[in-house]
Amino acid sequence: MNPGTLRDLPKARLFWPIVTLAALLLLNVAVSPGFFQIQFQNGHLFGSLIDILRNGAPTLLVALGMTLVIATRGIDLSVGAVVAISGALACTIIADSPTPDDLGTVFFAVTVAVGFSLVLGAWNGLLVAVFGIQPIIATLILMTAGRGIAMLITEGQIITVSSAPYKVIGAGYWFGLPASIVIAAAMFVVAALLTRKTALGLLIESVGINPVASRLAGVRARGIVWTVYVFSAVCAAVAGLMISSNVTAADANSAGLWIEMDAILAVVIGGTSLAGGRYSLTGTLIGAFVIQTLTTTVYTVGIAPSITLVFKALVVIAVCLLQSPVLQQRMRARRRPPGSRPPASARSAKKSDSAKKGALVS
Amino acid sequence: MTTTPAPSRRMDARAPSTDPIIEMTDISISFPGVKALDSVSFRMFPGEVHSLMGENGAGKSTLIKALTGVYSIDSGTISLAGAPLSISGPAQAQAAGISTVYQEVNLLPNLSVAENIMLGREPRRLGAIDWRAMRARAAELLARLNLDIDPGSPLSSHSLAVQQLIAIARATGVDAKVLVLDEPTSSLDADEVSELFRVIRGLKDAGVAILFVSHFLDQVYEISDRLTVLRNGALVGEYLTREILRIELVHKMIGKELATLESLETKTRVAAVAEGEPTDTPYLRATGLGRTGSVEPTDLEIHQGEVVGLAGLLGSGRTEIARLITGADRADSGELHIRGEKKRLRTPRAALRDRIAYSSEDRKREGIVEELSVRDNIVLALQADRGWLRRISRRRQDELAQSYISALGIRPANPEALVRNLSGGNQQKVLLARWLAVAPRLLVLDEPTRGIDVGAKAEIQKLVSSLADEGMAVVFISAELEEVLRLSHRIAVMRDRRKVADLPNEDVTVGEIMALIASGADA
Repeated sequence: MNPGTLRDLPKARLFWPIVTLAALLLLNVAVSPGFFQIQFQNGHLFGSLIDILRNGAPTLLVALGMTLVIATRGIDLSVGAVVAISGALACTIIADSPTPDDLGTVFFAVTVAVGFSLVLGAWNGLLVAVFGIQPIIATLILMTAGRGIAMLITEGQIITVSSAPYKVIGAGYWFGLPASIVIAAAMFVVAALLTRKTALGLLIESVGINPVASRLAGVRARGIVWTVYVFSAVCAAVAGLMISSNVTAADANSAGLWIEMDAILAVVIGGTSLAGGRYSLTGTLIGAFVIQTLTTTVYTVGIAPSITLVFKALVVIAVCLLQSPVLQQRMRARRRPPGSRPPASARSAKKSDSAKKGALVS
Repeated sequence: MTTTPAPSRRMDARAPSTDPIIEMTDISISFPGVKALDSVSFRMFPGEVHSLMGENGAGKSTLIKALTGVYSIDSGTISLAGAPLSISGPAQAQAAGISTVYQEVNLLPNLSVAENIMLGREPRRLGAIDWRAMRARAAELLARLNLDIDPGSPLSSHSLAVQQLIAIARATGVDAKVLVLDEPTSSLDADEVSELFRVIRGLKDAGVAILFVSHFLDQVYEISDRLTVLRNGALVGEYLTREILRIELVHKMIGKELATLESLETKTRVAAVAEGEPTDTPYLRATGLGRTGSVEPTDLEIHQGEVVGLAGLLGSGRTEIARLITGADRADSGELHIRGEKKRLRTPRAALRDRIAYSSEDRKREGIVEELSVRDNIVLALQADRGWLRRISRRRQDELAQSYISALGIRPANPEALVRNLSGGNQQKVLLARWLAVAPRLLVLDEPTRGIDVGAKAEIQKLVSSLADEGMAVVFISAELEEVLRLSHRIAVMRDRRKVADLPNEDVTVGEIMALIASGADA
């Protein structure tokens, strides 16, 4: 590995996700030249890029939690349901309150919603870490039951709220930026500090790669697994607040629907393997933006709604294929003139994969 | 034989009249940061057993993986029966008649024995798998190895040793011209080894070329016709087994004067015997410690500064008792006293809190964390002990890693190298470093020298005895009795899940221990 040379650039872990993101953005500029313009009006920033960041914030949050869960060899399908529950709880509390515009009321509603997500995350963690149920099944329980819980909270109604402080979370501005961007950025920084400035990252990866060896080394695998599911639920709850605040309503049926799929995609596009172990939060960040830019592109380019999903699928397939070690190996092999001595860098797919992982260490 | 370069003067005129079945010429392979093979040539003749010899990191495994299509080669040529062969994958190598049994058993534990043996070449009838024929064929292959195993039983219900034999049955099932056995005997007992050798001789008579890798010199001399020695990724030479003395061979493998090794052996032995009887309270005392279905209630005492050897066959309870005193398994009877204080060790974490570290015999599954770096692997246990909040600073991590890399001679000396890219012996050293980093008072080493070459073995033995000199209590488990005798102050002999003898290591011979293992205390 020689990161200095251009030739090795395509092997860098985040190369293809970044290229995809750049390509999508350029496509948008080509179609609508004002795409990169950012305006400053009334002390607020406006523009398509800001919209992408703001609309991508909930997905990014959910994907952050998902990254750590996936790093422990798990998966969390219940995040969409947690989004719905959190929005339902907060909106119901505010709507039932005599003083919906009071900051105290909103603070209380947010605390209850996030607090309840701790319970939901702990439930997932209990099933996975203590009872050893496979994560996909364990979180499937809450995925289905969670929508039911949200329905119970809202009594089957769509709860609308008119609360100025609550609206700030999803649609307001702080420091000239949409508040949701500030919140998502803060959570990202917290997650990054939590995993890299403490030993949590090492322990999560160790448990994800080899749980048996980790146990013998004295790692409290159970506690680690529990923590990541709780963190994932908290991330989903904050995303739920954002979504319901943005539309000033809680819809138990459609809030956060399929968000788990977008989150998992963001993680995978960001280069974290579903097999667990090595993960990259920065990769997830880029992955989440790729997904959101894709959605925006559909509108700017004016793709017919009927083929929107197909278009999205094609881009995702392309990104995944570009990252495939087998394909990368083949492309390198083709670029090499026939008959020449193979360079030391071209080896079996398995090894270039491990080399790629090695790059993360440095 | 002009195509083979001649680092060895002995090479010419040694070849049988036939042409080689395998001829590898000037093979080079490098990994990130490591040149694993540097222009190595290697050949095999039909109907011979050829041993590949060398230390850890010499390039044995890499050469085998090049031959069997796991790694693609950077340069060089391979030819099979005179025709050039370009292998791009294990399946292709197998189709060409090159079959392999790897050091670590690569089978599927949740499938049946028959399914494992016939995997990928199941007999079919009308497109569907013919289960009865499959079982019959598997039974036939097992019978050839003289193994009494139910082909329908799940693989996981068998011990590692039996699984190894099943892997060999699987490899011999293919119509192989070349059979590669990488450390096939490392987990077999004496009877199983002679069983295996019987099969190897049969295959040899049938004209199969067998590549045999073992760290047991006795076995190499017993079974092989020809030797190729590698050192640090380069070819040292090719020799006829009957013409090279053991002492010469070891010399060629490690490339240093043998006198150093010999003096080490005498020194540790003398030190072991000179150590007096410990009189203080034992660091660990187990009374009637046992676990149903694993080990009968057993008494065991381990003092500070003492090396206690656990001798016994595989499955005798030697590993099982080690797991009980280290919290890896929970005891369901008996008591454990640490420094005279009654304790219950429910988890390895609890044991580590009492400064007891356990290095498992299963390096790959229960030891290393493959995808992490050498540095991460070394600090793992220490970090886990401190908890996730109190992260060891990066500078301290680098210091720790660097100091253990140089103290134990870990190669490559790169703390950021992924552990999966290291050779078996170096992985073992990384594990030792992990346990030493937590400064244990009692270190339980289960087969720390298995699958490791002479040089690294001696280094680890030396380390064990110096640790004991510094006051650490060590439990040393090994299938090699010479090694146990050389290092231990006291030897506990296990048989049929119970301790049958516990004797100070004074004038004890291998023969006596063998007798105890074979027939118990009344021998």
